[in-house]
Amino acid sequence: MNDEVIITIEGLKKHFPVGSGRFTALNGIDLSFGKGEFAGLIGPSGSGKTTLLNIMGTLDSPSEGMAIILGESVGNLSARASALLRKSQLGFIFQSYNLFQVYTVFENVEFPLLLQGIEASKRKKMVLDALEWVGLTDKIKSKPAQLSGGESQRVAIARAMVKKPAIVLADEPTANLDAANSHNILQTMEKLNRELKTTFIFATHDEKVIGYVRRKIFLFDGKVAKDEKIEKN
Amino acid sequence: MLAFKLALRNLLGAGLRTWLNVIILSFSFIIIIWLKGLLEGWDRQAKNDMIKWEIGGGQFWQASYDPFDPFTLLDSHSTIPDVLSDSVTNGTLVPVLISQGTIYPNGRMQSVLFKGISPEQKVLALPTLKLKSDGTYIPAIIGSSMAESTQLKEGDYVTARWRDKNGTFDAAEIRIACIYQTNVPSVDVGQVWLPIDNVREMMLLPGEATILVANKEGWKTEKSDKWIFKDQKTLLIDIENIIKAKSFVGILIWAILLMMAMLAVFDTQVLSIFRRQKEIGTYVALGMTRGQVVQLFTIEGAMHSVLATLVAAAYGIPLLTFQAIRGISIPVESKDFGIAMAAKLYPVYSLTLITGTVIVVLIVTTIVSYWPSRKIGRLSPTEALRGRIQ
Ligand SMILES: Nc1ncnc2c1ncn2[C@@H]1O[C@H](COP(=O)(O)OP(=O)(O)OP(=O)(O)O)[C@@H](O)[C@H]1O
Ligand SMILES: [Mg+2]
Repeated sequence: MNDEVIITIEGLKKHFPVGSGRFTALNGIDLSFGKGEFAGLIGPSGSGKTTLLNIMGTLDSPSEGMAIILGESVGNLSARASALLRKSQLGFIFQSYNLFQVYTVFENVEFPLLLQGIEASKRKKMVLDALEWVGLTDKIKSKPAQLSGGESQRVAIARAMVKKPAIVLADEPTANLDAANSHNILQTMEKLNRELKTTFIFATHDEKVIGYVRRKIFLFDGKVAKDEKIEKN
Repeated sequence: MLAFKLALRNLLGAGLRTWLNVIILSFSFIIIIWLKGLLEGWDRQAKNDMIKWEIGGGQFWQASYDPFDPFTLLDSHSTIPDVLSDSVTNGTLVPVLISQGTIYPNGRMQSVLFKGISPEQKVLALPTLKLKSDGTYIPAIIGSSMAESTQLKEGDYVTARWRDKNGTFDAAEIRIACIYQTNVPSVDVGQVWLPIDNVREMMLLPGEATILVANKEGWKTEKSDKWIFKDQKTLLIDIENIIKAKSFVGILIWAILLMMAMLAVFDTQVLSIFRRQKEIGTYVALGMTRGQVVQLFTIEGAMHSVLATLVAAAYGIPLLTFQAIRGISIPVESKDFGIAMAAKLYPVYSLTLITGTVIVVLIVTTIVSYWPSRKIGRLSPTEALRGRIQ
């Protein structure tokens, strides 16, 4: 594993206004992630996994403390700069896939490359490569509605990976999948993690996911309860 | 450019929903253009008919003539000035002597205008040749509306009564020599055309006239003249104003149609933003700024009208062209409208009308699409991803 630190979180707190008061979803988080990690944020519902993931993904900002992602401090980023960071360096995978329903599989995976302004011929090659990683080259022209859950999530992985981001953030990626499909996509991600050195961070309470990660960060009530690294070969 | 590409992809991908809106929009396009074209065609045809039947190339009016004040008619006549007499002789100016009077068709009494005109005139479309007679009777021609209201038929005799220049009442029998069809109510309703020589005799006004109708434009009022020249434009002002007033109704219908079409777009937008929250969140997660998403949704909405223009062109051009050539039958009696209206109207579609409509609709759809989309700009992407916006 590489020592290069790409995410540093210190004293991170996140409050949400609730009624007249506020709710503290993250209550002093200190964490750092190195390049190439395959880590899971594990905890019961409401423990703050999604909230933390959103901040690392620059979709939300800290209330207190700091989160530095690839050298950029999340709280201080302009809308444009954070969009640029997500566009080029961050990939997202969601529980409910969030594919664009009106696009074909190809167009879904192509989307991030369109945003980057990559030219058509290069784009096509990259999309086909990404679909090959997830084993879906035969579904190029299908619409999401015609795919199974497992296939949909593989398209989502391809869409997240096609631009070869530094970090992929996956929020409950297996929650809607059966065991076989869960293992399949986890193996796919593990392979990509190994081959492309992409950092994967999961938010999950799925035992199957927990079985794959090489670092388990247990969250409880907005705090890190335990942080253990597992050496695997 | 990217936004246009994505917007088109989204619209075409949405399939039926898009096409429903596009078809509604294209309908209103066609109806708006058709309606305006009809009014423009009517306007043009009404003016042409007025020129053909009543106005000619303009008119000299005797200085005290006022068509809206029949009581001045008794004083509104003069002999034809020397400078114009040649033109009258060679037929380029047609004198008309107008006087008030009464006819008694079938025992009823109806006040009319007697208009004396030369049977040989060629300036107006009136069938004045029918005013030629063997001298045993006074021939008259009337329009079909007049014939209907008086129940007079060709060949009927009717008593006419008038006051001569001295105010003395006199009466005679006149014979309906011809009933003509015209779209111009002002040469029909309440009008009885007689040979000018007879009217001059009846009124004891030899050689005099009330107006002189010119065969073409380009006359001027001579200084110190008792005769004032009214050009076509001046004489058409009334009809122009009436058509403007009628256009108002057209504009109202236009606005209502436009509003309905815009409501469809607005509705789609509001619904889109509500239904597509996750998609919006995903756009942001994948690296678009919220501003870009607003732009995308705005273009998507506005593009409805671009597609509608294409669709409207596809079926509208043949349809409207067909109507412009074949004309549209109008089931209403022209006299009910007070201005010339043919039984068949030929719509006129000008380039300004078409491009103007397209541009207006395009601008309005853009605004209507932008308005609800602004909401996206204030959206938190994490809320959007959870699909929690109200
Ligand atoms: N926008 C918000 N406004 C108010 N409270 C919020 C908001 N977002 C999250 N919370 C609260 O913060 C806490 C943590 O939420 P979070 O979504 O991070 O939990 P989680 O660990 O992802 O849970 P789950 O496993 O159910 O997804 C929850 O109690 C939640 O109700
Ligand atoms: Mg969560």
